[in-house]
Amino acid sequence: MKARRGMAPTAYFWLLIGGVYFFIPLLATFLFSLKKNSTGNCCTAASYTWVIHNGDFWHTLKISLLLALETVVVSLIIFVPTIYWVHLKLPRLRPVVAFLALIPFVVPPIVMVVGLLAVYKGTPSWFYAQPWGFLVAAYVILAFPYMFFSLDAGFRSIDVHTLTEASQSLGASWPTTLVKVILPNIRAAALAASFLTLAIVMGEFTIANLAAFQTFPRFLQYVNESQAYPAAALTLMSFALTWGAMLSLLLVGRKRGTRAAVLTGAR
Amino acid sequence: MAWIATVPFFAYTFLFLFLPAGSVLLGAFRSVHGGYTFSNIRLMFDHPYIDAYKTSIEVSLVTALLGGLVGLAIAYAALREGTPGWVRSGITTFSGVAANFGGIPLAFAFIATLGPLGVATVFLKKQLHLDLYGHNFTLFNKTGVEIVYFYFQLPLMILVISPAVDGLKKEWREASANLGGSSWQFWRYIGLPVLMPSILGAIILLFGNAFAAYATAYSLTSGTVNLVPILIGAYYTGNVLNNPHIAQALAFGMFVVLAVMMMAYIPLQRRAARWAK
Amino acid sequence: MAYLELQNLHREFAGGVKALDGIEVQLGQGEFLSLLGPSGCGKTTALRLVAGFDRPDEGRIVIDGKDITNVAPSKRDMGMVFQAYSLFPNMTAAQNVEFGLKIRGKNKGERSGRVGELLELVGLAHAGDRYPHQLSGGMQQRVALARALAIEPRVLLLDEPLSALDAKVRVQLREEIRRIQLELGITTLYVTHDQEEALAVSDHVAVMYRGRIEQIGPPAEMYSRPATPFVAEFIGTMNRLEATVADPTSGTVEHGGVTLTVEAARGRTKGDRILVLIRPETVELAPENGSNPANTLSGEVIAQTFLGPVTRLKVVGPGTDLIADVSTAKAATLPIGMKVTAALPVTDARVLELSDEAIEIAEEPAPAGR
Repeated sequence: MKARRGMAPTAYFWLLIGGVYFFIPLLATFLFSLKKNSTGNCCTAASYTWVIHNGDFWHTLKISLLLALETVVVSLIIFVPTIYWVHLKLPRLRPVVAFLALIPFVVPPIVMVVGLLAVYKGTPSWFYAQPWGFLVAAYVILAFPYMFFSLDAGFRSIDVHTLTEASQSLGASWPTTLVKVILPNIRAAALAASFLTLAIVMGEFTIANLAAFQTFPRFLQYVNESQAYPAAALTLMSFALTWGAMLSLLLVGRKRGTRAAVLTGAR
Repeated sequence: MAWIATVPFFAYTFLFLFLPAGSVLLGAFRSVHGGYTFSNIRLMFDHPYIDAYKTSIEVSLVTALLGGLVGLAIAYAALREGTPGWVRSGITTFSGVAANFGGIPLAFAFIATLGPLGVATVFLKKQLHLDLYGHNFTLFNKTGVEIVYFYFQLPLMILVISPAVDGLKKEWREASANLGGSSWQFWRYIGLPVLMPSILGAIILLFGNAFAAYATAYSLTSGTVNLVPILIGAYYTGNVLNNPHIAQALAFGMFVVLAVMMMAYIPLQRRAARWAK
Repeated sequence: MAYLELQNLHREFAGGVKALDGIEVQLGQGEFLSLLGPSGCGKTTALRLVAGFDRPDEGRIVIDGKDITNVAPSKRDMGMVFQAYSLFPNMTAAQNVEFGLKIRGKNKGERSGRVGELLELVGLAHAGDRYPHQLSGGMQQRVALARALAIEPRVLLLDEPLSALDAKVRVQLREEIRRIQLELGITTLYVTHDQEEALAVSDHVAVMYRGRIEQIGPPAEMYSRPATPFVAEFIGTMNRLEATVADPTSGTVEHGGVTLTVEAARGRTKGDRILVLIRPETVELAPENGSNPANTLSGEVIAQTFLGPVTRLKVVGPGTDLIADVSTAKAATLPIGMKVTAALPVTDARVLELSDEAIEIAEEPAPAGR
């Protein structure tokens, strides 16, 4: 160790290597997306216009966004009151819930979809055959660990008991307390969890593929298989979308330091 | 009676987590003729299934170890004294994004880079006279999958190990130097031992992450590489297998591997937390 | 010749913050010098330069005649005790202490002998097998001290080693540090913001402020003859009277309409504006009884603060705003509301130039050293 000013040389080395490795595929995709269909050379925006004018692009994008929204809403409705209640009245249950939140790591989407398809085969088609039913049901479980870690951290950073007691002593009912007092105080955690869920749903392919629903990632795969240059454009746009979600998450999460789980994936 | 309020939650997890998981675990032991059997499980030890497990474990291990070590080096480089703040937050932000850049888009990005007509492939051929595909390289096999997986394993490692690296107090490094220790001696006697539980835990996480991955490998190889998730998927997308219980047995095998991994992970986390004080 | 010399050290940080502005120190072998000052004064910066964790912009650091300014910290042969957290968490106390010896390649027998010696020296012979998280703060710092001494360093450096500890432990431990230092005869540089601590254990104290050394001297001198308004404010409590010199030959000054005799005002120019500094324990209080003794101010007791053996009385009146420390027994006879006379010492008072800086310092909130 030396009394050095500024960065260590080994630090430069590793950061440079990391930077180069990550940048190259993005650059390559960008160059690809500018190639002309006819000659295979640069440069045209035709791929991007193809995407923007493609009906299926908008259709599946809309479906995935709506699925994400529905997943976020259902997740919040189920998990926020539960975690609140556990923090307030049932602290001994918290390790149980925390343990349950680890289960989706042991039962990954590829395993879960196998079970889901078998168990719910006989259910009415408004659930089984619709993304709004079957897929969302699965996506809420996918989102559960990230929802839990985020919300749990949020609840731990506020004084749940004092807030609740203060609210009730002023005459508020349970629903009012939850919506008007608790929710605003865990806003950062809830938002972070929501952006994470958005990223998960927008990128989820496994379950959608095996259960044959037409979502945005499936559209991406279809284009990958059929049209190389537009696929590149689409890839970048999809990446930009993920980036947008994660940046929003980090901006929001910075307020309460919910670094919690920025870990998810469409793998 | 307070627990009544948690019923919706437990009901939901039962219906959509435990029931499906249970059906898989049970279904692995059923036979097409009804009744229970071990034959599906026994089949797992035959080709091609055992090969799929071997390949999956190998890919996961390689990307976990490589991603783990390089991720540790990058995380330390970003978080140590002397590195400006903007580099630090830039790395964290980018890692958050890159860890989520997986699946279909990532597979294509690498095809655009190292595929037969990829930008890097062409560059190497034209400018450096290095013909990758002429030398039997291909992106669409196990090695290609490893290269692509590395892209999200690395940032995942950075994210997971950063809190532990941050917890390495600069006083330890200074005290070690003050007492005459070199950089290497610091890492050998203090840095690595203190970080080891976190590093092992992180590598386990990375292993599980790669093992369970489906979309990326599927998109990259069009489902041709022999990994366990791909085999499972093949039943549902290609009707290659017509015995659902085999798919369930495959899933059961995955569950076993992942459960073993979790059992190693939890005590490691506790150990790591002890030195975080 | 001095054993450890800091010659004209300058260090400026990004943003134009001048942490050290020409520091000069000469420390003899075996001496204990404290760098004392409020946070931000540069004392820790100076210490870290000596340890080698930072390089000065200008200036040199010389030990035993050799210039070590550019020597790496691991080669300087100094032992450092940090403020907190410096024990290696994955090693027992004994392993921590033997670390420096291990690095130097001493064999196991030598190491365990020396470790035993040192743990004994700091009073922790029985705690060698414990891990840092099993030790109290005070014990951790003792281990840190043993670890720094194990390598028989030329110089011992301590960076506010007691700041993170409880008050009682602090007093105990500082005495032990001094005792060990005297026993080993090791040259020591000690950084602290606690003036009581510095005065209690040091051979010399250097008061620092804004990157400069205001004054260096033995503790008694620093206390009774502060050279600058800052030192006067920082060390102990001081009464500050603004006055004008009336008669330089007899040493009379005029303060708030009252004529006082101050020995130290002799030789100044008539009309000079000065600051008269008087320690609270040198102020004699007596109930007002109509007589008007010389060199007194009158006022009323408006507050009493119980400090244990001594009680601090605040006496206020027209032209009078004083603090007087009296024995607690006597304080009982001077309750709040009583009109008293405060007799000011003739020879014990100090006099300083009254400058804008003096007023500014006097108006800053009291430093943590009190």
